[in-house]
Amino acid sequence: MKISDLEKELGYAPLWEGYEDRDILDGYTSDLLSDVMGNAPDDSVLITIQAHKNTVAVATLAGINAIVLANNRPAPEEMIEAAQEEGIAVFRADENQFTASWKIHNILTK
Amino acid sequence: MNALHLINDDTPSFILEMIFQLKVKDVMTRDIMTADRQASLKTIQHMMKAKAVTGIPIEENKRLFGIVSLEDIIRALEGGYIEDTAEKRMTRNLIVLEEDMPLSFAINYMDKYRYGRFPVLNISKELVGIITSRDIINKLLLRINEEMTQLENRLVKEPDHTMDSYHKTYICHRFDFENAGRASTEIKKYLKGLNLDRKLIRRVAVASYELEINLVVHSQGGTLHFEAENDRIRLTAADQGPGIGDVDQVMKEGYSTANDWIRSLGFGAGMGLPNVKRVSDEFAIKSKPGVGTTVISEIVIKKGETDENK
Repeated sequence: MKISDLEKELGYAPLWEGYEDRDILDGYTSDLLSDVMGNAPDDSVLITIQAHKNTVAVATLAGINAIVLANNRPAPEEMIEAAQEEGIAVFRADENQFTASWKIHNILTK
Repeated sequence: MNALHLINDDTPSFILEMIFQLKVKDVMTRDIMTADRQASLKTIQHMMKAKAVTGIPIEENKRLFGIVSLEDIIRALEGGYIEDTAEKRMTRNLIVLEEDMPLSFAINYMDKYRYGRFPVLNISKELVGIITSRDIINKLLLRINEEMTQLENRLVKEPDHTMDSYHKTYICHRFDFENAGRASTEIKKYLKGLNLDRKLIRRVAVASYELEINLVVHSQGGTLHFEAENDRIRLTAADQGPGIGDVDQVMKEGYSTANDWIRSLGFGAGMGLPNVKRVSDEFAIKSKPGVGTTVISEIVIKKGETDENK
């Protein structure tokens, strides 16, 4: 799947426009940054409720291409700025992590 | 009580220079509230309360006649003459400073006379401000801050580029989540530039990020030193405390001393050091309670781990 499928297929709201539409090969759901850092696959989408700048740092380091903030978690301005700087797409979903993960998994295996 | 004890034989020359270079006018509060001689002590008491100040100069047309302090008001309340005019009860024997005096004068005066504030006059003897020990402390802290920032920037060594080696030191501050991850991001970008294998870069990123976060979350502050040399990458995290009592315990997955608010940010899962060890080819930790902790992680670049072979 492409990053833009999160918008097109699932209707998640991008928190900044103009991201590079890279491939997403896998997904990872976690709120523990060390867990994400250690175990998230490359080129994945991270489904989390950790809406802050450090999540962007971890995504950059772990090779995560997009972040989905579940449960409509509001993202602070500095998080969006950091994401833009690092080229990490960020979306907001009004579903919980279980549902978002399930839907994304369906697109990944289509 | 108001003595600052800033000037003695052991005062660092930087502090001395600062207090001799700064003038009273650079530090004093200019926007002050005054009353005239006919104002009642009661009015002045209300002014003090409203503006949370402890002394009101009695002034007319910039000419200073005296000062009514909080102590004067307390005495008036005890003596039952709070309705009297300022002129009748104010402190007249004032010690004043001139605005062009070096700040060291003000500090010496504070130490010598034990007053909390001094009115400041210009060369024409007009009242232009008030200087308090609080003003002095604020200004000195600001200056020290600026100076320390410059010092720290100088301490961070410029990257040393030679053919086969590169190293850089990053300073990590306690609870500086704002900048946490910055060193690791920079290290990762550097390694990407070397066309190293993605998995290898990920291993280094895991180690550097966890070490960086550990410094921010658990230490009093410290440094992360990154070295790339021939066939290996070495990360050294060294802090100035508090040190770890039981090193074996912190190496166990799931053990964490992080508090609730740190956990709420997604840290403190008890995976940090185990993660570092897992990705390292060589791993060492040394710690002494009350002294500090040093963690060394080495990752070997094996043949075939450069992208050229892909």
